[in-house]
Amino acid sequence: MSVIIPYIDKPNPVTGVTNAKLGIWLFLASEVMLFGALFSTLIILRSSATDWPAHGSDVLNVPLATLNTVFLITSSVTIVLSWASLKMKNLMKFKLYMGLTVLLSFGFLIIKYFEYSSKFHHEHYPSTSTFYAVYFTMTGLHGLHVIGGIITNLYLMGPGSKMWKTEPERFTGRIECAGLYWHFVDLVWIFLFPALYLL
Amino acid sequence: MRMEHPHYGFWLPPNISTHGAEIDKLISVLHWFMLVLFVGWALYLVYCLIRFRERPGHEADISGSTHFSLPKYIEIGIIIFEAVLLVFFSFPIWSKVKRDFPNEADALVVRVTAEQFAWTVHYAGKDGKFGQLKIELIDGTNPVGLDRQDPNGKDDILSPNTLNIPVNKPIIAKLTSKDVIHNFFLPVMRVKQDIIPGMTVPVWFQATQTGKFEIGCAQLCGVGHTQMRGFFNVMSQEEFETWYQEEEKSLLASSDEPLPGKPLEVAKIQTIKESK
Amino acid sequence: MSQDTHNHSHGHDHSHSMSHELPFWRKYIFSTDHKVIGLQYGITAVFFLLFGFGLMLLMRWQLAFPKQAIPLIGKLFTEDGVLSPELYNQFGAMHGTIMVFLGVVPLGVGAFGNYLVPLQVGAQDMAFPKLNMMSYWVYFIGGVIMLASFFSPNGAAASGWTSYPPLSVVADNGQSFWLIGMVFLITSSLLGSVNTIVTAIQLRVKGLSFMRWPVLVWAQVVTAFLLLLAFPPLEAAGVLQLMDRLAGTSFFLPSGLVVSGEALKVSGGGNPILWQHLFWFLAHPEVYVLILPAVGIVGEIIAVNTKKPLYGYKTLIYSIIFLGFMSFIVWAHHMFMTGMGVTMSTFFQATTMIISVPSIIILTTYLLTLWGASIRYTVPMLFAVAFLPMFAIGGLTGLPLGLTASDIHLHDTYYVIGHFHYVVAPGSLFALMAGVYHWYPKITGRFMSDTLGKIHFWLSVVAINGVFMPMFFMGMAGVSRRLYDQTIYAHGAAAQPLNVIMSCCAWALAVAQLPFLYNMATSWKWGKKVESNNPWGGTTLEWATASPPPHENFTTPVEVFRGPYEYSSNKKPLPQFVQEA
Repeated sequence: MSVIIPYIDKPNPVTGVTNAKLGIWLFLASEVMLFGALFSTLIILRSSATDWPAHGSDVLNVPLATLNTVFLITSSVTIVLSWASLKMKNLMKFKLYMGLTVLLSFGFLIIKYFEYSSKFHHEHYPSTSTFYAVYFTMTGLHGLHVIGGIITNLYLMGPGSKMWKTEPERFTGRIECAGLYWHFVDLVWIFLFPALYLL
Repeated sequence: MRMEHPHYGFWLPPNISTHGAEIDKLISVLHWFMLVLFVGWALYLVYCLIRFRERPGHEADISGSTHFSLPKYIEIGIIIFEAVLLVFFSFPIWSKVKRDFPNEADALVVRVTAEQFAWTVHYAGKDGKFGQLKIELIDGTNPVGLDRQDPNGKDDILSPNTLNIPVNKPIIAKLTSKDVIHNFFLPVMRVKQDIIPGMTVPVWFQATQTGKFEIGCAQLCGVGHTQMRGFFNVMSQEEFETWYQEEEKSLLASSDEPLPGKPLEVAKIQTIKESK
Repeated sequence: MSQDTHNHSHGHDHSHSMSHELPFWRKYIFSTDHKVIGLQYGITAVFFLLFGFGLMLLMRWQLAFPKQAIPLIGKLFTEDGVLSPELYNQFGAMHGTIMVFLGVVPLGVGAFGNYLVPLQVGAQDMAFPKLNMMSYWVYFIGGVIMLASFFSPNGAAASGWTSYPPLSVVADNGQSFWLIGMVFLITSSLLGSVNTIVTAIQLRVKGLSFMRWPVLVWAQVVTAFLLLLAFPPLEAAGVLQLMDRLAGTSFFLPSGLVVSGEALKVSGGGNPILWQHLFWFLAHPEVYVLILPAVGIVGEIIAVNTKKPLYGYKTLIYSIIFLGFMSFIVWAHHMFMTGMGVTMSTFFQATTMIISVPSIIILTTYLLTLWGASIRYTVPMLFAVAFLPMFAIGGLTGLPLGLTASDIHLHDTYYVIGHFHYVVAPGSLFALMAGVYHWYPKITGRFMSDTLGKIHFWLSVVAINGVFMPMFFMGMAGVSRRLYDQTIYAHGAAAQPLNVIMSCCAWALAVAQLPFLYNMATSWKWGKKVESNNPWGGTTLEWATASPPPHENFTTPVEVFRGPYEYSSNKKPLPQFVQEA
């Protein structure tokens, strides 16, 4: 007899969710605490400083960041469309929308790269001031989350999609979880953008 | 009254501060309360362990209908007692110690600077005004970076590792740290305060007896943490004045030259608002 | 499971043989079986506990006999055999870190949680077996990094387990190892807690409603929530401190620092108190992470050995949940002496007093369970009973520390050390030892020796009180913690005889653990065999299956028919899994 773990593809009738969905929600709760701590850091440092060293709207590239915001919001839409395509049993459309999501995320990272390198070019490093320290640390950690999302999404689009043939419901569930994670990454950016670039 | 040989043992050290008696009283009330509660629990526990041990002819009462209401009343009693401790002991003492500072005009104000692993006590001198401190003047002979050029700083006294105070006079000590977190601990005065670099934290106290005591560092501050012991002398008013005048005299005798100091490179400075 | 239907019978056979003939490394090293992973956690944690305890045994020589060479082995550490202040600080910091993050938590949560939660909810494994394996190995790597830090050029972290900046930022490289190690340990805990919660909620067998969960499952789930929500802020803080150390930022460094006569070349503008807030936001819930699994274990053992239902099960569960919730809003009572104002201290004193209420209720329900019982004094029951007064001392002595006024004198003295050690050493650790004795027959199919167990118990209970009780007196006398040599101070020198007593008791405590270790090792092969699935008369699901349980835990499907601690009218235990009343 092999080990059987229930509720992998179908939701538990009592709780109404699959294991993976409950798991991803719990994981996101802990992520909220992680970024919550970082935002608190920003608030505490900024409110206790007599002279906040720099304002994002003066020193950061707001148009580029706005473009990035558009990229991420669009990618949140495309990942929902990819999930909806699976619901309509259309694997090709799923791959198309997932591909778009990954492309948009790459676009985000490329813009981030230009932003970072222009800062380094002007000799602005994390050690320059607490503003840059917060800026690089928070956008850097967010960037790592984007990279993590890209790797997961690429896997689900490529080798991971084999599961569609054997366990379509479980695979759709996985895409839903990836989507939830991606919405979270998007949401963090929506908080980061005004906190760092506009205020 | 003079405390020649303060007695230290396995319980609270002697108290020579005006506010310490209240703290000691709270500590003793608390420990009686804890003792009563613990002895009560322990007696009950031992009784149960013997009376209800497994033995032939004895069976557990599994009815589950036994309901105890006494514990509920004990619990309510504990809650009320804790509220009393908060409202009548802890809050008033804390606000007396932390908020109700004596008037600076009536008190002796000193600056205490902590560093790895020494204390420097800075007195304002005859004029009652502290000289400016400049980070670039800090060196071995001038640990706080006192600017002797500043007219207010000419007569300031720096006392290494020793805090001398007069008895029966309120003292306000403004604590700062040059490097890491230290803790200004005067066991006999019931004074304990973290010194956070970047902030100036004031404490106040008033001694009721003279004697020779110690300053301790109560926060791990590095490899020499243990060595960071200072001297704390409570003197009669006359003794204190004599000492103060002698320090002033030797200061004038030394030289009018400003103390040597090699300028330090200092990065762009931001400051933290002093927290109250 | 994922076999095609036409291939089903063949697939079934194949997986059947798989589960029995996995290669050694898949079965015992990179296993996905929660029972094996639980044991891996347990064995690793015991190793770390002994290591951390060993560090303290060396420090206790310096404390009892300052500046005297450690006999026999001293030369291994320094040239003259005297423990140097550098090593003393490193050992102190690593003792705390190892005991908390690599010892007690992995044993309570990793080992007992992993082994028992799936069994007690009737699951065949954790919800995410591969994730479970990963969390063990991430923990293992974190532990290796911590140990490796001793071999870094200037040794291990030496700024205390609390790692307060700026000291920790200007400290040697060991601190970076510490931070990286912590990031691994935190990640491991996060993965583990997601797994525990999902397993307990999703994989419950039919009939097991929340209010039928054994107290151990409740305790583990609340613990998992604490880990899940409290650990990330420390992870953030760890990243920020790493940035301060490696990228030259100033998150925790204010402007104008002068360290050893040199102005620190940093931008400044940071705040050292920020670290303390982020740290204690984790570390206070962490205290409950240390104690709640113990509360769960003691509850199970008391329920089984009193042979009557647990008193006030619902009250107990609500108290555990309330305790978990409150533990998030008391953290700043560790920071009363940082210059905190009146308003903030009022709030945190009040919450601290409130959190004492559920703790007392938990203790009371256990004490009242003893009334009218028929107490069977097995070795686990001895430890579980000893837990009660020890936990009470630990809890009560928190009171003077939770009130700011009395904390002025007692803050950062040995009183604090005595207080939290009573909670975690004769508290949590006694409960964990009780758990080892209690579930050993289930895990191995053999009993541990009763005689050796009783020797272990009586020696430990005397010695451990000899170590920690004098600390209260020393703290009263005003002796600060983390002092390399307290005899420099007049009040320290006066209290020094207490140090000699404590050290001797600590070494005696070490000797007292030898019968335990011997017992654990030898009973595996030579212990008395278990004759039934349920040797203690337990009522929860883990006693429904064979000892040791097979790979899939339950060979026949199980179902739950009633609450966790019920008895029939003829005073026989009525297990959850038996239908007939």
